[in-house]
Amino acid sequence: MNNIGVGSLPIVAIISIFVGAVTTVQTAFQLVSPLIPVKVIGTIVSDSSLLELAPTITCLVLAGKVGANIASEVGNMRVTEQIDALEVMGINSSGYLGLPKIIAGLIMIPCLIIFANALLISGGILAAQLTGIMPPSEFIQGARDTFTFFTLTVSMTKAIVFALVITSISTYEGYFADGGALEVGEAGTRAVTRSCIFILFFDFVIAKIMLNA
Amino acid sequence: MLEIQGLNKSFSGKQVLFDINAEFAPGKPNLIIGASGGGKSVLLKCMVGLLKPETGNILYDGRDFVHLDYEQVKVIRQEIGMLFQGTALFDSLTVAENVGFPLKMFSKTSAAEMKDRVNFCLERVQLGGAGDKYPAEISGGMKKRVGIARAIAMDINYLFCDEPNSGLDPITSRVIDELLVDITAEYGITTVIISHDMKSALDIGAKILFLYDGKIRWRGSKDAIHAAGKEIKELGVFINSSQ
Repeated sequence: MNNIGVGSLPIVAIISIFVGAVTTVQTAFQLVSPLIPVKVIGTIVSDSSLLELAPTITCLVLAGKVGANIASEVGNMRVTEQIDALEVMGINSSGYLGLPKIIAGLIMIPCLIIFANALLISGGILAAQLTGIMPPSEFIQGARDTFTFFTLTVSMTKAIVFALVITSISTYEGYFADGGALEVGEAGTRAVTRSCIFILFFDFVIAKIMLNA
Repeated sequence: MLEIQGLNKSFSGKQVLFDINAEFAPGKPNLIIGASGGGKSVLLKCMVGLLKPETGNILYDGRDFVHLDYEQVKVIRQEIGMLFQGTALFDSLTVAENVGFPLKMFSKTSAAEMKDRVNFCLERVQLGGAGDKYPAEISGGMKKRVGIARAIAMDINYLFCDEPNSGLDPITSRVIDELLVDITAEYGITTVIISHDMKSALDIGAKILFLYDGKIRWRGSKDAIHAAGKEIKELGVFINSSQ
């Protein structure tokens, strides 16, 4: 939990603030019509953050950080016979190694997504104020105008599914690594690429199921 | 008593073990020797249940390990200790935690009793002061001894050792051999050692099996091995090349 959660806080914070800031600046660049109130930028940035940017971008980053870490750790245990040692002792090695990681992911990744949501919007507010796009009060007003708990539900659903994808795929790839250091590295790469592909696939599936009007 | 009856094992259609029959008695080390690629490690993995043979029985005091259900196998596995070639110590745990790991998982003893048992096992392998160190902080010989301490932490009846001397200098190698002989006699356990170290075989091999190309080509005591080496070409080559 410490590795997945606390260990990922700095990278999640940095990425969230910058993505929030960039989204605000780019949205302002596209909304040039005087007919559209400027607070709409706040609405777009906050909704985009909750629905897509926070869960998907954060989890793609976590697939690289946490996924590679899990796959290499478990893969290293495989090639150094530590998993065989567990089996000889009569311990169900897949459950013993995989389950705690999956549970830790299911608890910590949604927490990181909530944290990312808050920082994305904060980054947006900061960018809006520093670049003179609009004052924070207007941004917040725009964000509050259209906020519903359903958007947060979609965000958390994605977080839970992506957490399951990252931890289970990474553990699987590490568990079935075979050979030496080279194969452990390959298992790490496979874990990251497959996690990313499945995250994007489930992102589409969840959006289709939950947001299909 | 450990018995192997008619054991055959193949990988992707290529047979690597042919009709292995053997008996291993408790109290004295049993050695399986042979060149690399001869099937020793596969045989050991079959014996401890890491690989499943196509045919044959592995009897632990009459209990057929191959054909028992998961729960019954689990009971036998708690009677087994194993020293791996690379020691297989858990990197994230200290030496004491490694030794105490099987106790933590399976025994119902209190924390204090567990600590006493861990200290006893570490003292038994002359590593009394190393409990707080991590595997990365100790030498190869010490790792082997921690592996032995972990193997005997539970009250085991069977000890399997995969190349216990590999990567060790001759003096440390001798220390490990003596430790295995002492522990085998002291606890009256059935010890099976896989080795390609002829010196080790001659020092401690109360009973020796010579495995060649997946078949047992010779079995006997260390006293008879040189005479046998003159009659069996492959054994002779192995003895001469490893001395």
